[in-house]
Amino acid sequence: MNPLWLSHFTATSNIGRGLDQTQAALRQRRAGLVPCAFDTVDLVTFIGEVAGVDAVQLPARLADFDCRNNRLALLGLMQDGFAEAVRAAIAKYGAQRIGVFLGTSTSGILQTELAYRQRDPVSGAFPAGFIYGTTHNTFSVADFTRHYFGLSGPAVVVSSACSSSAKVFASARRMMAAGLIDAAVVGGVDSLCLTTLYGFNSLGLISEQACRPFDAQRNGISIGEAAAFALLERTPEHLDADAVLLLGIGESSDAYHMSSPHPDGLGARMAMQDALKMAGLKSAEIDYINLHGTATQSNDAAEGKAVAAVFGSGTPCSSTKGATGHTLGAAGGVEAVICALVLQHGLLPAGLNTRQLDPALALDYLLDNREQPVMRVLSNSFGFGGTNCSLIFGRADNS
Amino acid sequence: MILTAYIEGIGLLGPGLTDWPSSQAVLSGQQPYQPHQTILPPPALLPAAERRRSGAIVKLTLAAGLQAIAAAGLDAASLPSVFSSSGGDGENCHTICEMLASDDRQISPTRFHNSVHNAAAGYWSIATGAMTTSSVLSAFDASFGAGLLEALTQVAVDNTRSVLLACDTAYPEPLYSARPIPDAFGIALVLAPQRSAHALAQISVSLTDASADRLDDAALESLRIAIPAARGLPLLRSLALRQDQHVVLDYLDGTRLAVAIALC
Repeated sequence: MNPLWLSHFTATSNIGRGLDQTQAALRQRRAGLVPCAFDTVDLVTFIGEVAGVDAVQLPARLADFDCRNNRLALLGLMQDGFAEAVRAAIAKYGAQRIGVFLGTSTSGILQTELAYRQRDPVSGAFPAGFIYGTTHNTFSVADFTRHYFGLSGPAVVVSSACSSSAKVFASARRMMAAGLIDAAVVGGVDSLCLTTLYGFNSLGLISEQACRPFDAQRNGISIGEAAAFALLERTPEHLDADAVLLLGIGESSDAYHMSSPHPDGLGARMAMQDALKMAGLKSAEIDYINLHGTATQSNDAAEGKAVAAVFGSGTPCSSTKGATGHTLGAAGGVEAVICALVLQHGLLPAGLNTRQLDPALALDYLLDNREQPVMRVLSNSFGFGGTNCSLIFGRADNS
Repeated sequence: MILTAYIEGIGLLGPGLTDWPSSQAVLSGQQPYQPHQTILPPPALLPAAERRRSGAIVKLTLAAGLQAIAAAGLDAASLPSVFSSSGGDGENCHTICEMLASDDRQISPTRFHNSVHNAAAGYWSIATGAMTTSSVLSAFDASFGAGLLEALTQVAVDNTRSVLLACDTAYPEPLYSARPIPDAFGIALVLAPQRSAHALAQISVSLTDASADRLDDAALESLRIAIPAARGLPLLRSLALRQDQHVVLDYLDGTRLAVAIALC
């Protein structure tokens, strides 16, 4: 593929608003997972909650979009001058030549969960003022974003569970290569709700502790929330050396089970191999892998096998979900931004909360931060229903 | 920018519409449209355990998709796919939200895994053995147009066949009052980059600000408006009429899809 330039990017999660706080948290190995006290949830688990989401106010003209997920989206768009960068792109390309491709799993479903609690006891009707289309509906976050900026190009939400905001890069790449648009706002937003907390609990997949990816004693995920965005443009002739490029994308499906990965990570392997192929790279040319690393027994085992099959055991890797929690539909976007920071700062982040590596997963899993020049990285995102996506990013001076 | 593809197979299932071959006379106006509730066939391809767990959106997607792929004479396992739905399984969502509002919040694992927007894509992959890429999309009322554009970019950029599966299912009360989708409706299209013996028509698609075409039959037009996936009906009507035509399909507010149809 022709590399695409991440001209601007930003992430807001429990470890920080924007790039500086996120980078500082990674450098200081600061985890942001806390015992769950969200809404009326009575589960014993840890979560990654973003502070101040409920204080965010949407512009009055967009009041119909008001829900936790779109408040978090706006909070994310406000960081690192991202909104200004989008406005500059509109001035350069035109509002109809910029696409919006965002990933989410549950969108604003919390709004509907709350409405069900407030149903009329006699008629069963929702409370007045509940609006499904611009809050709960899966498309809401992309619709909010395009209305916020006044964009009129193609817009869509990708909702393939936990691979959603990795796969948006694939949709944007095709749309740009087809010539329909000149730039794309990509990323993902997912916010805390009862459906995912009780849902993953029903599957026995949430941990009572802060999650411990790739640990021998790992026992489940910690759910987080986040908003991450990148502005994709075609690669200009001249770029700073530490500019970040998207070099390759691999996508596959497991064809195996709705909520368990293929035990040997077959689909995951295909996604990584296809990403390498599209980037025209050999596995030895990848300097760091940001693992999907959810900390469930089966996910980490399958991913460990898949990574070992493609890369051997020598490539430094870690899961940053020990810091952020699993931000579900936003995870691919958050981890793409972390990969961009890794490329720019040469800091490979340690996986947090992991005390004793699972000896069955023979990888160079980072238990401490490591500093070294980094030229190319790979990020894995795998979702429920067996949907896989691997992304490869590189520095402009080495791609 | 114009994106071009060949339609090799069509699947159609909706109220009063059981498949593409039998629906052509209705869509072309030769027979009256007689709506009745959509009948969803059991998903025979799924293993027994998955078949029991599958909801309406899974049955609809499998039925429409397999019609289109059989007509194209292809193996589903080999095809990249695009699943586009305005909001997934409303019945399942209703039950989960009702339970979460009660004192007993212990929703079942099956309910939860059926709640993801990519449930139909996951079951499709299990049923057909397809390990290919799948895009799983939502664009509310614009979902048909968003799915068609995504499939066309797969065809044009990656030079591959792609199957579009645009499907929506009914919402129960009280969700229905907030999102009045009355019944299940699905359109599946197999799209190819090159003309083959199975090619029915070539479509050339571009963005436009023109108004979307309406259907002259009042009942079909109300179907088009009521269910997002049915926004693709004007394209199927043109194919049923067997005439080279231009149609405008609904997409986002202010942005729509102009489709030039040339029969093969």
